[in-house]
Amino acid sequence: MDIGAPIAQSGNPTGVDRGSKLDDKIRIGMTKGWKLYDSRLAWALIAPTLLLLVVFLLLPILIMAVYTFFTFVTAGVESSALTLDNWNEFLTDSYYHGFLFKTVRVGAITAIICALLGYFPAYFIWATKFRHKWLLLLLLIVPFWISFTIRTFSWINILGEQGVINVALIRLGLISEPLPMLYTEGAVIMGLLHFLLPYMILNVYVSLEGIDRTLISAAQSMGCTSAQAFREVTLPLSLPGLAAGLLLCFVLAAGSYVTPQLLGSGRDALFGNLIYDTIMSQLNWPMGATLSIVLFVLLGCVAATYTRYMGMSQIMKGLGG
Amino acid sequence: MTTYRHDREGRWAWRLTGAITLLVYVFLFAPIVATIALSFNASMFGGFPLTGFSLQWYAKLLTNQPVLDAFRTSMWIALVTAAVTTALGVMVAFALVRFQFPGKQAFGTLVILPALVPETILGVGLLVLIKAASQPRTIWLLLMGHIMLALPYVVLVVQARMIGISRTYEEAALSLGAPRVSAFREITLPLLIPAVAAAVLLAFTISFDNTSASLFWRPAGVETMPTQILSMLKISISPEVNALGTVMILVTVGIPLVGGLILQSLTRLRKRVVEKGNA
Repeated sequence: MDIGAPIAQSGNPTGVDRGSKLDDKIRIGMTKGWKLYDSRLAWALIAPTLLLLVVFLLLPILIMAVYTFFTFVTAGVESSALTLDNWNEFLTDSYYHGFLFKTVRVGAITAIICALLGYFPAYFIWATKFRHKWLLLLLLIVPFWISFTIRTFSWINILGEQGVINVALIRLGLISEPLPMLYTEGAVIMGLLHFLLPYMILNVYVSLEGIDRTLISAAQSMGCTSAQAFREVTLPLSLPGLAAGLLLCFVLAAGSYVTPQLLGSGRDALFGNLIYDTIMSQLNWPMGATLSIVLFVLLGCVAATYTRYMGMSQIMKGLGG
Repeated sequence: MTTYRHDREGRWAWRLTGAITLLVYVFLFAPIVATIALSFNASMFGGFPLTGFSLQWYAKLLTNQPVLDAFRTSMWIALVTAAVTTALGVMVAFALVRFQFPGKQAFGTLVILPALVPETILGVGLLVLIKAASQPRTIWLLLMGHIMLALPYVVLVVQARMIGISRTYEEAALSLGAPRVSAFREITLPLLIPAVAAAVLLAFTISFDNTSASLFWRPAGVETMPTQILSMLKISISPEVNALGTVMILVTVGIPLVGGLILQSLTRLRKRVVEKGNA
């Protein structure tokens, strides 16, 4: 083998050819007949993960889809006689429609408030000249490390009858009876906001970081006021991040279970709670599967509409921080 | 950094942005601070006002057998999840970044899916799966579920770093006759270490924190830390729950912070040693 040959020359202008040339040189010392970046090797690398995801993600969703056509006999028992009863019940019973509507409404309200509130910190972190900007970003990551359950129940200490707000207001003599703030839809939305704001802020921030700052200077040097520069340059260029944030917040809020459970009353239960009760308390598996598939399809449609226009990469950027 | 010309309107908007930013940060941390403060409260009720400083709730936790059991369960599940998920994630990220193969894009989407599908659905899915296969609900199901849940985040973190590592280093090693495994172990892995450490911590916390899906997956009678907290909250909020929450915050925030600091100082130390060696 001719070691002196310029194999790993960086900056080789014929980048496309490089791979194949390299292949010829590197074959020694490796499995015979395999190319350097052989797709068989890639498949070997992903095989365990693929197996895991097929068995524990795709197969269950498939089985769930089949289960929606099974017949519910009694709690915990169902027969594999195929029927449309579950779908019929879901489509005609307004009890289920109410849950669906409320879940979409709470998800949408949460996502929109997140966007309105979250844009400001994202913009601030991006534009500030503060030297320890990393600290502001770190503080946004820290909530991800704190257990979601703890972050949720901590609101009981704020909103509850013996929470900060009620105790303070009573001490100040502004109210005589504690305000019923906990176990309301407002409390549920508050808890969801608390959980989802960091997602929104990070998504918008990542998008803002991608903006070429000279564009804004250019707009201003051409006579834009700072408001115009924001409206015409910064805001439009940050919209992909905002949209990704909206999608994530909506999907996560609409799929939530713990928050309504801890901060809402029975009336504030969302679709996730309905699914949990149907399966774990009523042991009605076919109906539980039907409801799960409904939620899955609903959120899948929202996500598909989004990726159709925005692509997957924005979500991945957001998730990756 | 570019300096922007600020007109009066702009300065006003900037102040408003700063004020809202401050409010959002207060909103994010006030409940947590309140919980930590209440965990040291002497009062028997889990609420304000603060009546005195006491560590009795922490002492009580140490004798609470269900809590200790839940802690042990969560701990080992999180450790195994972190190890397995990181190994899988590094392999997947390597394949996705370095290779071209048919179905790559579809697979890339599939890997992210567990992060996007609501946990309730993933939870029901695995239960239906073992019911269809008439298998008992064991701790292994919980473990597999956690691995699946942590996988997307690990892959994304490792992938982001892998993209930044030039493949020419590995190719140089290979061209000099190194077997693939050694090239990976000696060249790629050391360059990847910060991302691997981040992935381990991330997978650990995701598993340790998981609530909704774990409620579905846990075998009868087994509690993880978050489900234990949920069942304690069923009665009402107590100072003991606040103390337990504070301990968990210390674990899940403390481990990444301390881990990050150790990693940073190790990198610095190594740099210094290398510089000395070169000098």
